[in-house]
Amino acid sequence: MIEAVGLTKRYGNTLAVDNLSFSVPTGRVTGFLGPNGAGKSTTMRMILGLDTPTGGSALIDGKRYRDLHQPLRTVGALLDAKWVHPNRSARAHLAWMARSNNLSAGRVDEVLDLVGLTGVANKRAGGFSLGMSQRLGIAAALLGDPQVLLFDEPVNGLDPEGILWIRKFMHRLADEGRTVFVSSHLLSEMALTAQELVVIGRGKLISQSSTEDFVAMATENTVKVRGPQLTALRSELGRAGVTIRDEGDSLIVSGMDCADIGELAARTQTVLHELSPQRGSLEEAFIQLTGDSVEYHTDLVDGATPATLVPAGK
Amino acid sequence: MTLLAVERMKLLTTRSPWWCALLALVLTIGFSALMAGTSDAADPMNISATQFGYGFGLVVIMVMAALAVTTEYRFSTIRATFLAVPRRPSPLVAKATVVALLAGVVGEAAAFGSWGIAKLIKPTSDLAINSSYDWRAIAGVGLVYAVAAVIAVAVGLMLRHSAGAIAVLMIWTQLAEPLVQLIPKVGDKIHKWLPFNVANKFITGNPDPSARDVLHGPPPSDAVLAPWPAIAAFAAFAVVLFAVAVTVANRRDA
Amino acid sequence: MTTLLATERIKLFTTRSPWWSTLLALGMTIGFAALVALNHSGGPLTVRHSQFGAQFGLMIVTVMAALAITTEYRFATIRATFQAVPHRTAVLLAKTAVVAVLAAVIGEVAAFGSWITARVIDGGPEMNLVTGGDWRAVAGLGLVYAVGAVIAVAVGTLIRQSAGAISVLLIWPLLVENLVQLIPRVGEDIHNWMPFTAVSRFTDSTVPGPIGPWASLAYFAGVAAVLLVAALAVAEKRDA
Ligand SMILES: Nc1ncnc2c1ncn2[C@@H]1O[C@H](COP(=O)(O)OP(=O)(O)O)[C@@H](O)[C@H]1O
Ligand SMILES: [Mg+2]
Repeated sequence: MIEAVGLTKRYGNTLAVDNLSFSVPTGRVTGFLGPNGAGKSTTMRMILGLDTPTGGSALIDGKRYRDLHQPLRTVGALLDAKWVHPNRSARAHLAWMARSNNLSAGRVDEVLDLVGLTGVANKRAGGFSLGMSQRLGIAAALLGDPQVLLFDEPVNGLDPEGILWIRKFMHRLADEGRTVFVSSHLLSEMALTAQELVVIGRGKLISQSSTEDFVAMATENTVKVRGPQLTALRSELGRAGVTIRDEGDSLIVSGMDCADIGELAARTQTVLHELSPQRGSLEEAFIQLTGDSVEYHTDLVDGATPATLVPAGK
Repeated sequence: MTLLAVERMKLLTTRSPWWCALLALVLTIGFSALMAGTSDAADPMNISATQFGYGFGLVVIMVMAALAVTTEYRFSTIRATFLAVPRRPSPLVAKATVVALLAGVVGEAAAFGSWGIAKLIKPTSDLAINSSYDWRAIAGVGLVYAVAAVIAVAVGLMLRHSAGAIAVLMIWTQLAEPLVQLIPKVGDKIHKWLPFNVANKFITGNPDPSARDVLHGPPPSDAVLAPWPAIAAFAAFAVVLFAVAVTVANRRDA
Repeated sequence: MTTLLATERIKLFTTRSPWWSTLLALGMTIGFAALVALNHSGGPLTVRHSQFGAQFGLMIVTVMAALAITTEYRFATIRATFQAVPHRTAVLLAKTAVVAVLAAVIGEVAAFGSWITARVIDGGPEMNLVTGGDWRAVAGLGLVYAVGAVIAVAVGTLIRQSAGAISVLLIWPLLVENLVQLIPRVGEDIHNWMPFTAVSRFTDSTVPGPIGPWASLAYFAGVAAVLLVAALAVAEKRDA
């Protein structure tokens, strides 16, 4: 279990992380979602004791990272695949890390095998492709067989094959009952990988919920209504208090489903050429959610209806 | 002990320490060979003359020591280190120790190698090591290199950039210390207490005039301390500088 | 060529190292002149005394000049540069020119700044710029720094790594040139023809040498030109 309480980090004038509190439950994959620059990497560095928080604290199983004895046995992390000396071989890189936490030398070969790098173990890490570096980083994270794992944007820049591999690997780690905290700026990626979601924007918490709830919350449900003469229907809809916006010769209605709109149309004797439900794109909704996190923050926490999350006439 | 082993693995699995060690040996021993080869009755070879290349070795070793830290910052492996051992003073002390040990070994090899090659080239010259001055002039090199390496590690730790650290170390030892002497009145007084001049006293100080002609060796240091207090002062300076550097690194974001 | 010069000027001044190098070079030279002038006693303070810190500035300028090219290799911006202008020699010449001009400006400001500072603190008739030697000692510094910067860019281009280039550029003038003197018989002759030793005879006329002051500067520039040609040839052939 990872717990952040009031975590804050200021770099000069930038408030990178702003009074952030959340918890990462044991034994599940928790996604850490936010657009670029939201403060995900900074938060992870603070959890791992690399950066000192300006305020607040982050605890892993109730302890600060710096107070962990042989921390690689408790927490494994991959923050950046390039944190390797380019002239050191993959095996040498893992060997010194293993030694520092009194892990057996045999464990090095085990993790190399686990990530499929045995064949290139003695090659210099500087010559590795991004995918291979990423695997080496994961091998390093798994070295101490830790129960808690942190990954910062592990699929960034990978080819589809690499992305698939990482995704499968996350699931496998979760199936083994480990706690996985993985960041991404892509909601679609997180929807596939994570069971829980911590969402931040501009350093602030936007929501912490299950992925399902978040997706439902973040997705705009609208209905497209098209017809030659919509004035009467429009005023009726207006009276019903739903949000309407014009899109060419159609209306986009949110806050009422197709059935109700159809009945309303019959009552006002409106001819319809189209009446179709529209599902908003996940990513678009997410961008709007996090784009101006301050504005939407309270709405979500108060559990407002999804429809109000995406304002009409965007 | 574990951490010493870790730092040893890290140091020796990169290439720059090997290159630097090799370069230090080639330069010092090569220079001694050059001196021995060109020596004659008017300019005879003696113990201190075999160590003329000592300054070359010193700067190369300091570059090596500084790089041992700055490359960790450059490639962010310092973060991997602090993830594995989050109480930062321990790995940093271990690193300084390992780098100092390597510097000491290279220093001894360079000094005795320089002496050996001179003896080989000019077997007839008087190169017997008997006085304590002789011993300090040769065996003392390793000690000075080791302490200088700690200073270089400290500077690297504070500046974190190879270019900056190397520039500071070179300009300080090779330019600033000697140039201070040019300041009228106070220059000489300050110079007497500058760290690398003090260290030099350990190597060149208290010559035994009955046995050696001082003029045929590197110019003696003008430091006021006696040789052993001089190396102690140099070491104390290194320890203080390193302690400051560790404190800074411990506070700072990795 | 003017576009290239403008490009290189923008590239240089949008990084931080030229700024702090300039500050440091001026601070050390002028500061040292002040220290010397403040503590001076005995004979009169001369023009030469005000330029004792010149070598500090030269070393810092060579570091700056080397970094101007090695950081391009380090961050692979050299590839972007060569992609934009495939004629590498032209690019590198433009860079060398810009760096050399900056070095010259630093040299002039450092030299005149030191001279004025010393004069203000302890000015006498000996502080006037009278002889050719006086003028070379002060106004000549910009030339020395500019040529030194060309050498540094050349070495940086050849070595491509900051640590290596800076080590060579500092160890060479500060240590190697001095140590060769110690070699019996031939040492002194070799020393006389070492580039940085030679050029010190341009700015400091009190040191006797085998050739005159302007010939010494020309020799220094010749060494720089040879290194630069070698660097350009290598950069053209090598993969960027
Ligand atoms: N070491 C640092 N110094 C100054 N600003 C930083 C530093 N690290 C991050 N920042 C700033 O903090 C903010 C958050 O960055 P980051 O944590 O990297 O975001 P993310 O990982 O979500 O993309 C950004 O505005 C970034 O520019
Ligand atoms: Mg990030």
